[in-house]
Amino acid sequence: MAFLEYAAAPESTSILNLKSQYGLFIDGEFVDGHGDVFETISPATEEVIARIAQATPGDVDVAVAAARRAYDRVWSRMSGSDRGKYLFRIARLVQERARELAVAESLDNGKPIRETRDVDVPLVAAWFFYYAGWADKLEHAGVGPNPRSLGVAAQVIPWNFPLLMLAWKIAPALAAGNTVVIKPAETTSLTAMLFAEILQQADLPAGVVNIVTGPGATGQALVTHDDVNKVAFTGSTGVGRMIARQVAGTHKRLTLELGGKAANIVFDDAPMDQAIEGIVNGIFFNQGHVCCAGSRLLVQENVHDEVVDRLKARLSTLRMGNPLDKNTDIGAINSAAQLERIRTLSDTGEGEGAERWTADCRIPDKGFWFAPTIFTKVSAAHAIAREEIFGPVLSVLTFRTPAEAITKANNTPYGLSAGIWTEKGSRMLALVDQLKAGVVWANTFNRFDPASPFGGYKESGYGREGGRHGLTAYLEASGWDAPAEATSTPKKTRKAAAK
Amino acid sequence: MTITHPVGLDPTQRAVRLLGGDLTETALRLHLDGLSGVDAVGLEQRAADLSTRSIKTTSKAWALDTIIRTCDLTTLEGADTPGKVRSLVAKAITPDASDPTTPSVAAVCVYGDMVHDAVTALGRHHAAGGSEGIQVAAVATAFPSGRASLAIKLADTREAVAAGADEIDMVIDRGAFLSGRYGVVFDQIVAVREACTRANGSAAHLKVILETGELQTYDNVKRASWLAILAGADFIKTSTGKVSPAATLPVTLLMLEVIRDWHRLTGEKIGMKPAGGIRSSKDAVRYLVTVAETVGEEWLTPQLWRFGASSLVNDVLLQRQKMRTGHYSGPDYVTVD
Repeated sequence: MAFLEYAAAPESTSILNLKSQYGLFIDGEFVDGHGDVFETISPATEEVIARIAQATPGDVDVAVAAARRAYDRVWSRMSGSDRGKYLFRIARLVQERARELAVAESLDNGKPIRETRDVDVPLVAAWFFYYAGWADKLEHAGVGPNPRSLGVAAQVIPWNFPLLMLAWKIAPALAAGNTVVIKPAETTSLTAMLFAEILQQADLPAGVVNIVTGPGATGQALVTHDDVNKVAFTGSTGVGRMIARQVAGTHKRLTLELGGKAANIVFDDAPMDQAIEGIVNGIFFNQGHVCCAGSRLLVQENVHDEVVDRLKARLSTLRMGNPLDKNTDIGAINSAAQLERIRTLSDTGEGEGAERWTADCRIPDKGFWFAPTIFTKVSAAHAIAREEIFGPVLSVLTFRTPAEAITKANNTPYGLSAGIWTEKGSRMLALVDQLKAGVVWANTFNRFDPASPFGGYKESGYGREGGRHGLTAYLEASGWDAPAEATSTPKKTRKAAAK
Repeated sequence: MTITHPVGLDPTQRAVRLLGGDLTETALRLHLDGLSGVDAVGLEQRAADLSTRSIKTTSKAWALDTIIRTCDLTTLEGADTPGKVRSLVAKAITPDASDPTTPSVAAVCVYGDMVHDAVTALGRHHAAGGSEGIQVAAVATAFPSGRASLAIKLADTREAVAAGADEIDMVIDRGAFLSGRYGVVFDQIVAVREACTRANGSAAHLKVILETGELQTYDNVKRASWLAILAGADFIKTSTGKVSPAATLPVTLLMLEVIRDWHRLTGEKIGMKPAGGIRSSKDAVRYLVTVAETVGEEWLTPQLWRFGASSLVNDVLLQRQKMRTGHYSGPDYVTVD
């Protein structure tokens, strides 16, 4: 056996203590839903992991009512420093149960354990730690003195980073003093249920966070509920547009974090080996299920062949397979539906005349898999250069001058992120000014930090998550003479809210 | 683009072919300064990613044996004596007396004046120019500082080769390199390579030590690696072990990337030797992973890959014993030298 066929090194699932069925998490307790029960499967094996309750509009109503009660009676009256204590506690519990969360996330989502262990879960903890620190410093958030929380936040999150997106939504909402009803994606509810256990462990007052599971209809019932003050959505542009229409004309505040078709721009003076790594990380991280993925590679024409050659050589070393194996680089596609979409768009690309190259990976018999793929000879008019594929598929285009690079990079309805690879600092700064993208990475890609705001231009959405900016999405200004935030802490908070 | 050239072409001619025109200081500088830059954060991130590979069971067993098989067991002390060298040689031949399946190391690495003692102690185990048996590597060219005239460096080299050294580990003139006199560094390597030639026409293998701890920047390491390979190095080596930091994983990764690029360009395989600072099996396995995933696992032979280390072997032996018996022993169950 060749050394490079590393012996199997699977992370054990024995650390998990999963129930066979999960209910909804409402008012601090797990309760049965009134809808049908659906199965959540492992996309790598298609085996059933657990059964999940589906929330009906009635269940959503109960959840929103619980959140409203908790807001009125407990959370909005609690001092910022006390809210911070709960958030710190949650962060520490996430760290304590990090391995368990990483295994569960890999199992349910299909992404490699290397990523859940080294990226997703550490970032989840970081997000709670970061916003815990903000909870008693809201007057510095930039919305004026004595800012006020909004009330009940309805949050709907996607399946690509299930737990991380949950943290991005919940941490700033709670720090700012709001209560939450959140709906995880249908295919990835598992870690939200483990997170609910963590909330119980942390003794978070009942009703401050409520989790309702189910399909899109559950989400719709949530965002259209009359008694929510704020809607936050991360997902596709199509659904985002629908939510914007539904929320229009109401009192609800809205932030949307939607799709992307990011340009990753490589100049001929780029640090070549690191650029190759960055391109790989930009589009093949998390099987390309990343809204800010660098899915359009813009290469300066004089280094195109070299970059593509090196890229192919590098992709040939990626290891696809069991997401729980610690040496796996590329895991499973999250669902059969997503796999179908990636296949269809790739076939379209081939049909339009782009040249397809796919890494030689052994595809497992069961599960949903798509080997890393590069399209060359792509022109700006091709569908694969315009539509978000949300899979491990890279479209390579060329440019000749910096001006052309900017024009092509901005020539998209999206504007979430972009990347620049050059050793020339002045060019880097000039380009950052002209790229219409919420995040621009220079000589790196897909780096996240809770202190850094994240969000889009154009059809990639509005509002920012992360940093001080992320906090303002959950706050509103009050008059200069508004009373200061309450400082007393109710005793026995969970019980109090439950009554 | 692949440049084809006859095997064994003189390095100067080969460099002329690659650079085109005359081999001037300016041409060398333009070539080396034209190499793409190295982003330190990205390089270190890639090295850290490679470090997370999990090498278990059969892969681990193979890796441990490969570490021993590719080790240059080293003693480079002012206090070295014939007795110390004899005991090093005994350890090189039989690293673990309790387990006869343990492979021998690739080479012993000593100062030039100890070559004779090493050769004598090895006896029939000495490779003596062949590929079977244990090689004797000698550090030369006013190791470790390299601060001596070229005449002395060449005499140092010739003496070691005459005494029976199979491999010469030379140091580059870091002063010349850092002041931009790439031609001086190039010419010295070419001259030392010539001094490695034996009377019968065969030659000792040449490892060129860059002393990356003194070159400081990754861009410098990349340029120095190209320069050494252009000038005819058989191996490029990170460090003398006398300067801190010695070998690091990012530096080794970067040098391997140069070796990979050189292979893409010319089809030639250059060897790599990280030296100094690699003490644990765990650390050494990370280097093997980096080799396999950067240049390919065909590099993991003593002809193309070496560890320069003294204490590493004992940790590998402890790990080997643990894999065999299922429990950890302790430092008293392996020999000190």
